[in-house]
Amino acid sequence: MSTKTPKSLTFFTPKSSDSKGAVFIDTGISAGFPSPADDFRETRISLDEELITNKEATFFAKVSGQSMIGAGLDDNDLLVIDRSIEPTNNKIAVCFLDGEFTVKRLRVENDEVWLQPENPNYPIIKITEENDFIIWGIVTNVVKKL
Amino acid sequence: MYALVDCNNFYASCERVFNPILQQKPVAILSNNDGCVISMSDEAKVLQLPFGAPIFKWEGFCKANNISVLSSNYPLYGDMSARVMKILEQFSPDIEVYSIDEAFLQLKGFENYNFSDYGTQIRSRILQWTGIPTCVGIAPTKALSKVANKIARKFPKETDGVYVIDSDEKRIKALKWTPLKKVWGIGYRLEKRLAAKGCETAWDFTQLSDNWVLKNFSITEWKLKKELEGVPKIELENEVSSKKSIATTRSFESTFSDIDNIKERVSTFAVSCAEKLRKQHSSCHMIIVVLSSDRHKKDSEQHRASKTVVFPYPTNSTLLISKAAVNAAKSMFKKGIKYKRAGVIVTGLVPTDNHQLGLFLHENPKHKPLMIAIDHLNTKFKADKIKLGNQDLKRTWKMRQERLSPKYTTNINDIILVT
Repeated sequence: MSTKTPKSLTFFTPKSSDSKGAVFIDTGISAGFPSPADDFRETRISLDEELITNKEATFFAKVSGQSMIGAGLDDNDLLVIDRSIEPTNNKIAVCFLDGEFTVKRLRVENDEVWLQPENPNYPIIKITEENDFIIWGIVTNVVKKL
Repeated sequence: MYALVDCNNFYASCERVFNPILQQKPVAILSNNDGCVISMSDEAKVLQLPFGAPIFKWEGFCKANNISVLSSNYPLYGDMSARVMKILEQFSPDIEVYSIDEAFLQLKGFENYNFSDYGTQIRSRILQWTGIPTCVGIAPTKALSKVANKIARKFPKETDGVYVIDSDEKRIKALKWTPLKKVWGIGYRLEKRLAAKGCETAWDFTQLSDNWVLKNFSITEWKLKKELEGVPKIELENEVSSKKSIATTRSFESTFSDIDNIKERVSTFAVSCAEKLRKQHSSCHMIIVVLSSDRHKKDSEQHRASKTVVFPYPTNSTLLISKAAVNAAKSMFKKGIKYKRAGVIVTGLVPTDNHQLGLFLHENPKHKPLMIAIDHLNTKFKADKIKLGNQDLKRTWKMRQERLSPKYTTNINDIILVT
């Protein structure tokens, strides 16, 4: 059976974080004493592992604006978004609302969905039938540069 | 049982995930160099934009119909594909990635499962985690799972994107519905020959006698017939097989009638092929270089030529491959022709570490460490920092990508902005 192979395409795969900061232990087979630390070596701490629980469903976004400063989301912060998490009340979500991506706290009451900013200068938004609205993913972590 | 999971309009769907404004809108994706349409959303199909439409001829049509036209963003599609495939691995240990947007899953030992529910689970997990819509076809054989998938795709309302062929009644109905040319593995020629025999549908094909099929065609067609009858004959190919040949073929951004520009392009394509060879740890025995004029410009003189160069020993050295390719291009070049396209194909591939050593000729041992160093530097600095002398330093990968979307998942500067 002939299989389809795209002739001139090489697909780029994202940099894998499989290395997890692991250390290659190479004391070789030379005579002499092995390093006494070898038995106690552990894998280095990996931020990927700390911040990402579901690699396949995780995406990144950048914050633009001040609407969520109360929740610690400042302009230019990096958001870690996990699409596999069920959106529920009180979660901070990246949503697509009427043509734009926005990050807000979800307020779900009965059948109503509200998007609540964490900045008194911004209004709370009620989602109605008229809105073009998608909950895109749930924010799990914020990374900020100091 | 086998499941075939196929992503709907994959490239267009990837674009929509990061640009949801395109949802429910007609979208068309162009081939490398913004040549012709290679993927489109259902809405664009409804408008009858043809596959393969050269965009320079259809620009007006797309504008008039508000079709969003985008360059292909392979870094994005490659990453989204990897995510989808990784998720599929959670549903079966036996998976064959068939192409960038489809995969077979063998469901051995799943006899007590409700296949329809399982298919729905697969679909909804991929949709939620990645945003990519899929269809799932489940059947006793790979060929039938393809048929089932087509039904799921064709009747979204009735099937909710999942169709299971689990009885003879369903199988017969499905085969009678499937035109022969839509059957997996039935090419144009085979279809013509079978049509002469009176076969119009997949069902007609299964009604031929085994002997007749074996006598007139080959074991491959017989296996396909058995598969359609529900007898598994085509196994899952789950080892990653190295490619049998690698090609880099591109249109130029404009036509060239001087040899210098062509030499530069051919050398760059050769360098790219050599890199791909080293990446999969292969070496090639020969290369084919092709050169052609613009076939859309009927009024200017046409010239298409190809030349094969055989190496005395397999190689993956950029230096050798580029030199041979440039020489071949030089020998084919004709003055006065406006060239629009060139390509380098490396073939006769063997694994680098166990090919036969030549008795008298062998590669200069300096090449290997040099190539390792070049690859290392080019990976580290992300762009082609180290180039050959006959490549243009300023010229990067000169693909025309005027409507390229950002690399949302592979470049930190391209991630989505949220307000």
